[in-house]
Order: sequence, then structure tokens, then C-alpha cells
Amino acid sequence: MEIDSVFFTDHSGRIASNILLDQLPSYQSLLYQRRSSGNGSKRKNSSRPRLSSSGSGKWAPGTISRQEEKQKTLMEQRPIRELPKTMNEKRQEKAQRLKKNEDLDSWRQWSQNSRRHLRRLWEDYRELRRSLQLWRGDIHQIEGRFGTGILSYFSFLRFLVMLNLVIFLLIFGFVMVPLIVVRSASGNITYNQSDGSICSNYPSSARRGLVIFHQYITDLLSGEGFLEQTYLFYGFYKAQKISFPHVTYNLALAYLLVTIAYLILSLLWIVKRSATGFKRSLVQDEDRFQSFCNKIFTGWDFCIATETAFKQKKSCLLYELRTDLEEERIKQKIQGRTRKEKLRIFSIRFLLNFFAVGFLAACFYSIYLATIFSQTAGRKNIKVNFFVDLIYEYLPSIVITVANFVTPLLFSFIVKFEDYTPAFEIRFTLMRCVFMRLTSIGVLLFSLWSQITDCGENSCECGYNYKLYSVKTHDSPVLPRLMVNYCRCGLAKWWGQQEFSIPDNVLQIVYGQTICWIGAYYCPMLPAICIIKYFFIFYIKKVSLIHNCRPATRPFRASRSTFFFFVVLLIGLSLACVPVIISVAQIHCSQGCGPFVNYTTSWEVVPDTVSKLPDGVRNLLYALSSEAFAVTFFVLTCLAMFYVIALAGAHKRVIKQLREQLVLEGQDKRFLMQKLYQAQRASGVRSPGSKLPARSSRSSPSYHTSFNSHFTETVFLAHSSPNSSTHV
Amino acid sequence: MGTTASQLGKADLSEYQELTFLTKQEILLAHKRFTELLPKEEKNSTNARVPMTKILTLPELKSNPFKERICLVFSTTNPNDGSFSFDDFLDFLSAFSDSATLEIKSHYAFRIFDFDNDGTLSCGDLEKLVDCLTYESEDSRLTTEEMRQLITNILEESDIDKDGTVNLSEFQHVISRSPDFVSSFKIVL
Repeated sequence: MEIDSVFFTDHSGRIASNILLDQLPSYQSLLYQRRSSGNGSKRKNSSRPRLSSSGSGKWAPGTISRQEEKQKTLMEQRPIRELPKTMNEKRQEKAQRLKKNEDLDSWRQWSQNSRRHLRRLWEDYRELRRSLQLWRGDIHQIEGRFGTGILSYFSFLRFLVMLNLVIFLLIFGFVMVPLIVVRSASGNITYNQSDGSICSNYPSSARRGLVIFHQYITDLLSGEGFLEQTYLFYGFYKAQKISFPHVTYNLALAYLLVTIAYLILSLLWIVKRSATGFKRSLVQDEDRFQSFCNKIFTGWDFCIATETAFKQKKSCLLYELRTDLEEERIKQKIQGRTRKEKLRIFSIRFLLNFFAVGFLAACFYSIYLATIFSQTAGRKNIKVNFFVDLIYEYLPSIVITVANFVTPLLFSFIVKFEDYTPAFEIRFTLMRCVFMRLTSIGVLLFSLWSQITDCGENSCECGYNYKLYSVKTHDSPVLPRLMVNYCRCGLAKWWGQQEFSIPDNVLQIVYGQTICWIGAYYCPMLPAICIIKYFFIFYIKKVSLIHNCRPATRPFRASRSTFFFFVVLLIGLSLACVPVIISVAQIHCSQGCGPFVNYTTSWEVVPDTVSKLPDGVRNLLYALSSEAFAVTFFVLTCLAMFYVIALAGAHKRVIKQLREQLVLEGQDKRFLMQKLYQAQRASGVRSPGSKLPARSSRSSPSYHTSFNSHFTETVFLAHSSPNSSTHV
Repeated sequence: MGTTASQLGKADLSEYQELTFLTKQEILLAHKRFTELLPKEEKNSTNARVPMTKILTLPELKSNPFKERICLVFSTTNPNDGSFSFDDFLDFLSAFSDSATLEIKSHYAFRIFDFDNDGTLSCGDLEKLVDCLTYESEDSRLTTEEMRQLITNILEESDIDKDGTVNLSEFQHVISRSPDFVSSFKIVL
């Protein structure tokens, strides 16, 4: 038993009561809890008089040295470079470890060496992967000039390029390669038995001269004519089964499964990328959390390397801090609102929301009308002149673009009257715009479908995918956009520079990606077109950013924004799944083109194949799709979810308790220090002559307590030796 | 030992790779940039030091409000004059590299923000910190009232033991829950 001169232990080893300890703030609060919780818990608590928050057991010298040793072994297991020491100190540490290593047996030595080699291999691999990243130099340049907020937009773009590349490789590998191989090598193709109807009729000889050129351009932009006969479109894949020497390749099944696969793959990849952001965002929404600390301690982007960006960032931070402080003041004002004021505000909000909904309904109705008009004009083949024809053709796209342009302006105007806090204002407007954009796609598709059910069976899907292709290309025609950007920024030089508005740009990309997902079912090369489009967008945006725009005054936090991008992308993906699922399961296939000619709906391929599989596999698949399995699976998932939620709740409670404990510990320490100081003064003991040794600027054990500034001498006293008793 | 000879030896290179978070490419680039900063006569001497004024001309540090603090924190001279040897320079780059751990970054961030070198972030330190981040000219400054409100908020959020200062553990706790820190506390040559 260690002899403890401060705390007197009784014969059983438990620490008997002590006047000093009774006065500790934490013990006092414990007494208070004991008193208020009644008799039952009193007995439980009394069995541990001192081992609660005061933690007096730790004060024994034996336990102190044991803890130091534990820390030391922990430190030794970490790689040297993770120690915050100077280079020389690290070298000494390394020499020490090597010497110790020699004393170990050969097995330990071998395991440590191999661990080191593996670590180095892993790092080389990571370095290689990082150096292969797309656009690395450009992004580094942007980061240096504009900080990490705008950088997140470009990394998002890069992610989408990768995603589309993988989707395209999937489609290419499973659908196009067999067709190409079979055409160049030997092999039999079972074509679909078509009943003679064809996709569309194109008289080939009746055009000449300029007309041919015009037709060419219109065809390129709208996807009809010559493009129809290429790999670009669904109608081209007439083959149903391809027989190679040893195996039959069911192209129809492959087409369908690839569609499902790329949707699931996109979902998994996006969820994985956004998982960390999601966790953080959950934590951050718990309380209005650490926002000031984050801005001050992590607010500066150390990668900024230009003078203009430096000044910009400073004013940006200043603005942000001012806004936050003001928001806090506004919040306090809101809490002090009278009832009459609240009523007035709520009635204004109701009216304005009503108006906004009405406006949205009007927009959707006009999109619907425009689509129907365009389709009927196309069907009736009304030809007035070239430009009017083009307008008729593109009427839906034009209406959508105009609507998407006007709505954000309108929303940001009306939200000013609704008197929200500034941060909420931004988010609310953004949500409204997102809703507007994505629902407009839905309305367009709905109106297209209502047209398809009217037309003949021949070219329905083909007409459908032409529309999508035209919406896609019209979504961002490269040349007009370049000109618009140039003009806008040229004009802006007179007014002052343009701001690079991240939300708008992100919404545009997500809009395009949603169309890509929907369209890839009918137009297998669409992901490749998207990749090319994103390349153009990257360089155009980069150039316009560097030459014309200045960073936003409203700063965008990199982490928050990345999470927001992925949420919007997920919304787009779920919206894209709906049309694809409906067209796979419900819509009757056209009898003229595509791989599903022999089936009534596209989904029929799967039951057809399953019925041809061997017995065992078939029974397994039937079992997996039966209700019993589904219900069991659902119940198990619910149980798992409840368990995780309960665990999370328990963790939260523990964290709260630990926080309170920390506060009490701090109070305890202060109290004891004060007592020691008083005791020193009272007994007239002069502190030892030598002051604390002059700290080297980097290695100092004092970085772990907060009391050095006030109690340097008493600290020295307390650490010297427990035998120098200070009688209280 | 640390060397600034015009060619970096292979043994030194692998030692630096082990003791820092930098890759081989990055160490060689750092060596090149460091020797560029040296005056001609010292280019081949070992253990040469670059004075603080020259370090501050690096483009990566020129536009940094904490450049003097960085020099003082990473320099190993006694008394501290902010000059860098090649070892110090590598330590600096390692702490700011992409692959440095959160613990290392938060440790050095704390030292950089601790303007009076007393081991804690007191109100004075925090005020100087905010000024570094926002002060451009007299009229673009936070008023005293705003500053007071800001510092009260910071202490409320980060001071767990309620002693009026932020010590290293509290700082690391706050940083560990901040998502932007690792990506913004980064300097790449």
C-alpha cells in the first residue's frame, strides 16, 4: 500500500473522509444530487464516497507513474512523424527506438519492419493515385486564388465526370462491345422479328445544297436524321440475342440490367461520398454549434497565395462575422416579439407563399401547353420558315429556360418581405429554386408521355428520346453560352465584376445530370456526351472565373457545400429513377425499334430469362422475391435501425454527463490550487528559489494545463514530491 | 545530419520521408526552393539558415496573416529569431501537408494562435487572432462591442472548464469537430 501523506487511508484501503475533500465543488454537487434523489440511491452512492468526480484515487504516486508509463507506450506505438517535435528530437526518438528494437526478439523486429514497409507501399500507392487525378493543376490554381469554397464546385464537377465515365464504361462494355465484336468477327445475330414497321421514314435523295446543310445542323442538335442510325440511340440496338461460338449473349437482358446497375451504382457512390458530410451535418444541427469557433479557428484558408484573394478573404470573413453577430441579435429580437407582430408576420408569409405556389403552377401549366403545342405542330408537319420551325421545335426548352431564369429573381424578391434570419432566407430561396427546376423536368416528361400514348406504336420511344436529346443539348449549347458569358462579363466590367454564384451553377449541373440518367436508358451514348459537356463547362467556368469574376461576398463553407451538392444530386437521382422505372415496367415497347421488340414491356425479359434457368437457381430467385422473405428482411432492418438509434441516444447522454464532469473537474482544480496557494502564504514557506526552467519554444509539458499563467509556482510545488506535505 | 548541399543524398531523402509526411517529390521540391532562398556563398554549406525576411518572400507565405507566427513557431533557434534551417523548413511543410494528422495540425495551429506563448489562448490572444483575420484598415474593423460579443461567444463554445482561456485539449476538441480545418490548414508548394 502506498503511503499517501495527503489522503489518510483507513485499514480497508478506502479513503476516509477528509475536511478538504468535503469542500470540493464536485463533491458538494454530488451531495446535492444525493439528497434530492432519495434513499434508494443514497445507499448506492455511499458505497463509493470518493471515487466519483473528484477522482482522488489518481492522486496516489503509484497511479501517476503507472499512467505516465501507459502514455509512453502509447506514444511509442505511433509512427515518429506523428509526434509534434522538432526534426532533431525526432531523430533522437528514432535512434532510441532502433536501439530498443535490437533488444527485442526477431519476431517483433520482423513484424515492425514489415509494418513499416507496408506503410511505405501504401503511401506510394496513394501518391500515385493523387498524381493521376484529373485537372489537378487547374484546381490547385483555383484554390490558390479563390479558396476552398469555390473549389468544392470544381471537385463536384470532377466527381460527376468520374461517375459518368464509369456509367459509360458499363454501358459500353455490356451493350456496345458485343454488337461491335459480332459485326467484325463471326457470329450470329438473332434480330428481332419486326413486322415490317420502321422507326421513321427518311427520303434520302430529295435534298440538295444549303438545305442539306441546314438539315444537317438541325439534325445534329435535335438528334434526328442521320444520328438516328448510329449507336447513339436505342432504336439502333435491334439485336436481341447474339450467339458466339460457345455462348449466347442476351442483349435485351443486358441492356435492362445495365440500366438498373448504373442507377444503383450512382446511388451507392453518392451516398458513400456524402456519408461523412451527413454525419457532420447531423451533429451540427444538434445545437447552434461551434459556429464562431469554426469561423475563427478554421476560417483562414492557408492555401491562398495571391494578394487580391488575401484582401478578398479578409473582407469576406469580416462580413461573415458581422452577419453572424447580427443574426444573433436578430434572434434575440425575434424571441422578444409580441403576439400582434407574430400574427402580422405569419399572415404576410401565408399570402406570399400562396402567391409563390400560384406562380409555380402557372409556370408548369405553360410548360405543359408548350410541349403539347410543339408535339402537335411536329406531327402535323406545319412548316412556315426555318426559324419559326426551330422555335416550334424548341418551344418546351425555351419555356423551361425562361421559367428557370425568372423564378430565382422573383423568389429572392419576395423572401425579403417574409422577415426571416439571413441564413434561413438563403436556404429557403435555394430550396424553392431547386424544387422549381426539378419539378419542371417532371412536368415536361409527363406532358411527353401524355403525347406518347396518343401516337402510333411505331416511333414512340424514338420520338421520346429525340426530345430528351434536344433538351439536353439545348440545356447547354456551348457556343451560345460562351457568347452569353463573354457579353455578360464584358458588360459587367463597366458595372463591376460578376459574382460566381455557386448555387446556380450547381443546380445547372445537377439538372443536366438528372437528364443524363433518365436519357441513358434510351440513348446509351448520353453519358459520353455528358462527359464532353462537363469538360467544356470546366474550362469555360475556369476562364470566366479567373478573368471576370470575383469571389462571392457570401462565403461558401467547403464542407457544408459539398454535402449540399450531394443532397441535391440525390434528389435528382430519385427523380430520375421514377421515369426510368415507369418506362421499364409499364410502357409498351415500340414494335419498330429497340431490343425489346418481342416483349410487351421491357421488364418481361427478366421473367422470361428466369423461367429458362436451371431449377435450383430458379427456386432460389423465387424465394428471394417472395413476400415471406421481404417481410422478414424488412422486420430485421427495422430492428437494426432501432438498435442504432438507441445506441446513439445513449452516447449522447454519456457525452452530456462527461461534459458536466469536466466542468466540475475544472472547478475542483481551481479550488485546490487556491487552497494550496493560501496554505503556502499562511505557513510563510517561500517557494523554492529556482523558477521553472526556461521553456524551449516547442517542447514543453505545460501545454496541457491551463493554470501555468497563474499558478506557476504552486504547480512546481505540487509536482515536486508528494512527501513535502502541506498541512491544511 | 541536415544538409543543404546542392544534391540531397539518398539516405537523407529516405530519412526525411520517414520523419515527415512529405513525399519524395515534395521533399525534392522543398530542397530546390530552399536553396533558391540561400545567398550564393551559403548554397553548399550544411546547416545554413535562411533569415525570416527571406522566408516571408515565399509566395505561399506572402499573403498569409500568420506568416510571422509561423516563422517563430517552427524555428529552432535560441533565442528565437524566426530563421529556418532546412530541417525546420521540412517540419513546417510536413505540418501543413495534405497527409498530416489532425493532431499534428491542431497542435501547431494552437502554437501559432498563441501570440504570447503562454500555453493558452486568453482573451488577448483571441483578440489578436480576430484582428489578424479581419483587419484591413481602420474602417473595416470590428467595433469593440462586436469584438467583445464575439470573444464571449467563442469562449462559451470552446471553454469547457470555464476558466476563461482555451487550453490545448479544449482547442483540439473544438478542432476535431470542425469539418473544414484539415482542408483549410494546408500549404502546398
